[in-house]
Amino acid sequence: MKSISNLRDGIVRGETTARAATESALNAAEKLNDSLNAFLEIDRAGALNRAAQVDAQSEKTDLPLAGVPFAIKDNICVRGMQTSCGSRILGPYHPPYNATVIDRLIAAGSVIIGKTNCDEFAMGSSNENSAFGPVKNPWDLSRVPGGSSGGSAAAVAAGIVPVALGSDTGGSVRQPAALCGVIGLKPTYGRVSRYGLVAFGSSLDQIGVLAGEVSDAAAVLQVIAGRDSSDATTADVPVPDYSAELNEDVKGLRIGVSRVLLGKGVHPEVRAAIEKSIEAYRDLGAEIVDVDLPHAKYAIAVYYIIATAEASSNLARFDGVRYGFRAKDAPALKEMYRKTRDEGFGPEVKRRIMLGTYVLSHGYYDAYYLKAQQVRTLLRQDFTRAFEKCDAVLTPTTPTPAFLFGEKVDDPLAMYLNDIYTVTANLAGVPGISVPCGLSSDGLPIGLQLLGPYWSEARLLRLAHAYQTARPLNARPRVFA
Amino acid sequence: MPITEADIEKIAQLAHLEITDDERRLFAPQISEIVTYVEQLNAIDTTAVEPALGGLTPEGEQTVSSRRDEVQPSLGQELALEQAPDPAAGHFRVPKVLG
Repeated sequence: MKSISNLRDGIVRGETTARAATESALNAAEKLNDSLNAFLEIDRAGALNRAAQVDAQSEKTDLPLAGVPFAIKDNICVRGMQTSCGSRILGPYHPPYNATVIDRLIAAGSVIIGKTNCDEFAMGSSNENSAFGPVKNPWDLSRVPGGSSGGSAAAVAAGIVPVALGSDTGGSVRQPAALCGVIGLKPTYGRVSRYGLVAFGSSLDQIGVLAGEVSDAAAVLQVIAGRDSSDATTADVPVPDYSAELNEDVKGLRIGVSRVLLGKGVHPEVRAAIEKSIEAYRDLGAEIVDVDLPHAKYAIAVYYIIATAEASSNLARFDGVRYGFRAKDAPALKEMYRKTRDEGFGPEVKRRIMLGTYVLSHGYYDAYYLKAQQVRTLLRQDFTRAFEKCDAVLTPTTPTPAFLFGEKVDDPLAMYLNDIYTVTANLAGVPGISVPCGLSSDGLPIGLQLLGPYWSEARLLRLAHAYQTARPLNARPRVFA
Repeated sequence: MPITEADIEKIAQLAHLEITDDERRLFAPQISEIVTYVEQLNAIDTTAVEPALGGLTPEGEQTVSSRRDEVQPSLGQELALEQAPDPAAGHFRVPKVLG
């Protein structure tokens, strides 16, 4: 797969067409979907129409993503396509409007080829919670692709599209990026509009980018970042040129490492890969400093209180009245709500709605929800202090490489612990990026994660780009376009 | 704190979820385990700590999101009803509310 700058420049110069790029992505998506299950909808007709529009435009130099084929996680609204959120409860839902990020991608010239599979309502770390069957990891079809944006990660890893959008509430962009060997960027809270993203945890959700190349992630962030009056949480902060400093070296930048976070629970091969990447950064001229995030060990507990509380409230809207599926044979309203939600939601979503309802319920609010929000403050203070000593914190993205289907599915708590390194960024609101940093002895990708202060995406991209240039993965998954 | 099957039933009612007997038996120990896990937070002294309500950055807090109170274009009735499972005469029809 070409990088989007090559592809886009070729299209702008007339050496190739948006139609050719779109057809090749559509062909790959259709051919590989039987084995990967990465797409829930492939819109051949719509994508070819759109490509023809781009080709017909006489002046394309103003289109930063001219003819670039895109895959979109199926919890982000695209007019003319379905939005299922990997759930049965949305039934045949086709949103009547575009998410703001989609309007911006289209205005930039990109072509959306389809909607990608995900854990139901973005709740999961393995894709096993999709109502439409899990996505398979292109590196090993017996293993999970990670979650919840597993379809987007697999589509990029398999070379179907150069870039895809996902959403990241507790690691749902970075974790599958690590497990599939691609770049996964979660921007600062408030950097990218969530208008048209189906809400899960509103104080945590952020739309992110999956890409093969760091420079491509930068180009996409450039298009989607910025204030949007339709999302009051977007901040009025200038959007810098994310590509400008990509090629600058990282000499003198300080990378913080917490030794505690590399201790218990980390797979030995992940630890070894991270130790090597720390050395690689040292070789590139970065300074490695020790940092301490004393409350990071509580992050999963805090996250699963706050995220489920917010989810229980956000998912109250799925009641069979205004859109989506409605259960049959329910003669009274309350019964209709209960049956619709029983038949429409899968077990993990029910579990989280119940946990969230419980922690918010009368008599328990202070003990759980308020307590969690207080510890969230302490965690934010940990990051503020850490970033006084360093420009970015480096951790593994996940404690292990991709695990087997079924391995953790009966043990929700074990599944939640996959997110131990990623949830901290959502709780603190800081940006993070996962970069492939090696392969395990089984040939499975391992990811390193860099977390930075608010609005430091340009620096994170520069650090990631330096790593990817110095230590490219030089390997392809078994399933590849 | 252990969560009993009766607790699960009560929570499900609050959340407008119908739960089968099998689900009740499955969820009670799972949710108990998760609740026990999150109770490790009790070990942290938070008496003087302000809760972090919401996810905004300092810059996000300062961003003014209000606008003039003027009519803006919106979806309109037809599009808003297009996805409804049972639209009727410009409304969302639901089963009877009172028994």
